[in-house]
Amino acid sequence: MTSEVNSILLFGYGNLSRGDDALGPLLLEFVESHLNLGNIDLLSDFQLQIEHALDLEGRALVLFVDASVSCAGPFDFAELSPGRDKSYSTHAMSPSAVLAVYQTVKKQTPPPCFLLSIKAEQFELGSGLSAKAESRLMQACQFAAQLLHNPAPDFWRQAAQCRVNLQEYEEDAAEG
Amino acid sequence: MYDYLETAETTENLRRVAVDPISRVEGHGKITLLLDQDNQVRQARLHIVEFRGFERFIQGRPYWELPVIVQRLCGICPVSHHLAAGKAIDQLVGIEPENLPSAANKLRRLLHFGQVLQSHALHFFHLSSPDLLFGFESDINKRNIIAVLNDYPDIGLQGVKLRKYGQEVIRMICGKRIHGTGAVAGGMNKALTQSERDYLLSDVDQIIAWAAGAVELVKKIHGSNLPYYDEFATIRSNYLGLTSADGALELYHGGLRAKNDQGETIVDHVDYCRYNDYIHEEVRSWSYMKFPYLLSLGKETGWYRVGPLARINNCDYIATPMAEVERLEFKAHGGEAMVHSTLAFHWARLIEALHCAESIKELLNDPEVMGHDLVAQGEKRYEGVGVIEAPRGTLFHHYQVDENDIVTKANLIVSTTSNNMAMNESVRQVAAEYLSGRELTEPLLNNLEVAIRAYDPCLSCATHAVGKMPLQLELVDVEGRLIDRLIKHGDGAIEHDLGG
Repeated sequence: MTSEVNSILLFGYGNLSRGDDALGPLLLEFVESHLNLGNIDLLSDFQLQIEHALDLEGRALVLFVDASVSCAGPFDFAELSPGRDKSYSTHAMSPSAVLAVYQTVKKQTPPPCFLLSIKAEQFELGSGLSAKAESRLMQACQFAAQLLHNPAPDFWRQAAQCRVNLQEYEEDAAEG
Repeated sequence: MYDYLETAETTENLRRVAVDPISRVEGHGKITLLLDQDNQVRQARLHIVEFRGFERFIQGRPYWELPVIVQRLCGICPVSHHLAAGKAIDQLVGIEPENLPSAANKLRRLLHFGQVLQSHALHFFHLSSPDLLFGFESDINKRNIIAVLNDYPDIGLQGVKLRKYGQEVIRMICGKRIHGTGAVAGGMNKALTQSERDYLLSDVDQIIAWAAGAVELVKKIHGSNLPYYDEFATIRSNYLGLTSADGALELYHGGLRAKNDQGETIVDHVDYCRYNDYIHEEVRSWSYMKFPYLLSLGKETGWYRVGPLARINNCDYIATPMAEVERLEFKAHGGEAMVHSTLAFHWARLIEALHCAESIKELLNDPEVMGHDLVAQGEKRYEGVGVIEAPRGTLFHHYQVDENDIVTKANLIVSTTSNNMAMNESVRQVAAEYLSGRELTEPLLNNLEVAIRAYDPCLSCATHAVGKMPLQLELVDVEGRLIDRLIKHGDGAIEHDLGG
C-alpha cells in the first residue's frame, strides 16, 4: 500500500481469548486510551506473518509487544535484528524473521525495531489475564509510555541497556 | 475413476504408509496408502482426522452473535463465514437478498472480493508456488515462500502485496484484517468513508496489473508441460456453484447450478434455501468429513467439485473484461465443454483473483458504496439459509431459532466437504499413476500433497499453516509392527531412523 504512514508503529500481537497471550493487544488498548497517538500507528494481530514485513515500510521506529514465558523480569525490552530462524515455517513468525523478510524483499536494512516482552503465565483458551500478568501489564504500559514520549532510537537503545543492567543487578543481588 | 482403490480387497500382507499431517494446507489431515510386496498401491485414502463440532456449540447462542462467532471457524476465510451467516440472519429478520439496502449489498460484495483476492493470493503464492516454481519433487528446503522470495523476488513480493491489498479492503470495512465486524442482520454496521475509499483506490490499478501478471505466470507454468499438467491428479466430475440469473460468474449471491462432466446442466437457478432437496451428505467410517452428493444422481455418481475450477467451468461469462478474456482462453484450452485438469484449479483461481481486482475497482468507483442507508428490517422468521461462494467453493449456513432468538439448530456444509470425494479420487489417481510400484521417498510423496493442495482445502476450516509441518511416515506390517520410518522435522531435515 502506498498511503502515508505514521513514523512510529506500535504492533501488539496475541490472542485476546487465550489468557495472558492477550498482553500485547491489551497494551495497545492502554496506549490508545491514555496517550496522544500523534505520529503513532497501532497494529494488532493474532500472530506475525510474512505480510507484516510490509508494515515496517516508512517507519522511523517500531515497537513489537508480545507475551512471553521466558522474560527475566516482569517485562524485557531489547532491540531486534533480522534473523533467518525456522519460524517462517510455522503458524507464527518471530519478529526477527519478519525483519529478515523485510530485508529480503526491500533490499535494505529495516528501521530500528524493538521488542517489549511481557512475562506471561498461562494461555488457556477462554481464560482471562492471570493476576500476575495484570500487574506486569501495568508496569509494561508505564514503560511503553516513557518510550513513546521519547521516540528516538538512541533513547530506546539506552532504555534497553538499562533493562539489561537492571536484570544483571537483580540476578547478582539474588545470588548474594 | 479410481474408486477401486478406496478399500483393498484384503489387508493381508499389505504395508501401510501414512503422510501425516499433510503440509501447506489449512487444518489437519492425513493420507494413507496400503502397498503390496511389489509396492503396488492397493488402497489410498484422504482422512480428515479432527473433529470440531461447530454446529453443536453454536446452538444456544442468540442469532445476532452468529456472524462474529462463525468467523472463528477459519483464520483464512473468516469473511466468507461472516457473510454466509450474515445472509442467513438477514432472513431471520425477514430480509431477502434483493431487499438488502443497495449500499449494504455493495459493501458486502466489496468485502467479499477483498476476501477472495487475499485468500487466492495466499494459496497460490505462499502455499502452491513453491511446488509449481521449483518442481513437485524439488529439494524440500526450497518448498516454501521464503525460498520463492529469495529466488523469484518479484513474483514473491507481488504475491505478498496482492494478499495484503485484499486484507486492507477487509480492514477498511471491518476495522481489522481478521475477525472484524461488518455484516449485521439486514445490512452492514458501518459505511465506507471517502478517505478509506480513496486509500484503496490509490493502489487498485497496480493490483489489477499484478493479478493479470499472475494469470500469465500460471498459464506459462501450465503450458510448460501441458500433457503433464492436464493429466496429473485429473478426474472427471460434476461441478456445483452459484451463478447469477443470467449465468455470470457470481461469488456473493445467485442460484445453484450443477453441470456434469460433459457440460450438461443437471440443475440450474435453484433457490439455495432448498439445498436439502438437492444435496445430501454420506458418512463413511474412516473420515470425520462427510461426502456430499447430488440427490438426483445418487451416492455413486452424484459427487461433485466446487471452487474456482467449478465456478469457471459452470458460468456462461465473467462480467469484468480482463477476466472474461482469460476465461475464454481457459475454456478453449481444454478442448471440450469442461476443463477437468485438477492442476487447472490454480489457473481458474487466478482468473478469479483478476476478476476480484477488477470488481473492487468498479465498486470503489461507485459512489453508492459509501452510502449510509445500511440496514433494513422485516418480519421475524424462525429459519434462515445463507449461501456464498467462498474462495474454496460453495458454503452453506443454515440456522433455526426459537421465539427467544436462540439458535436451536445449525447445519454448515463447508466448501472442502464438497470436494471430499474429489480429493480422494485425485489422491488415488496420483497413487495409481505416479506412485504405484516405486520406492517410498519424501519428494515422491509430495506428489500426493500437490494433488490435495490444488483444491486449496481448509481441512478444519481453522487457522492457516504457512510453510511445512513436521511429518512422520511409518511403514508397518499387517501385524502393526514398525518396519520403516521417515521423519521430516520442522526445520525440513529428513531422518531415516529404522531399517533401510
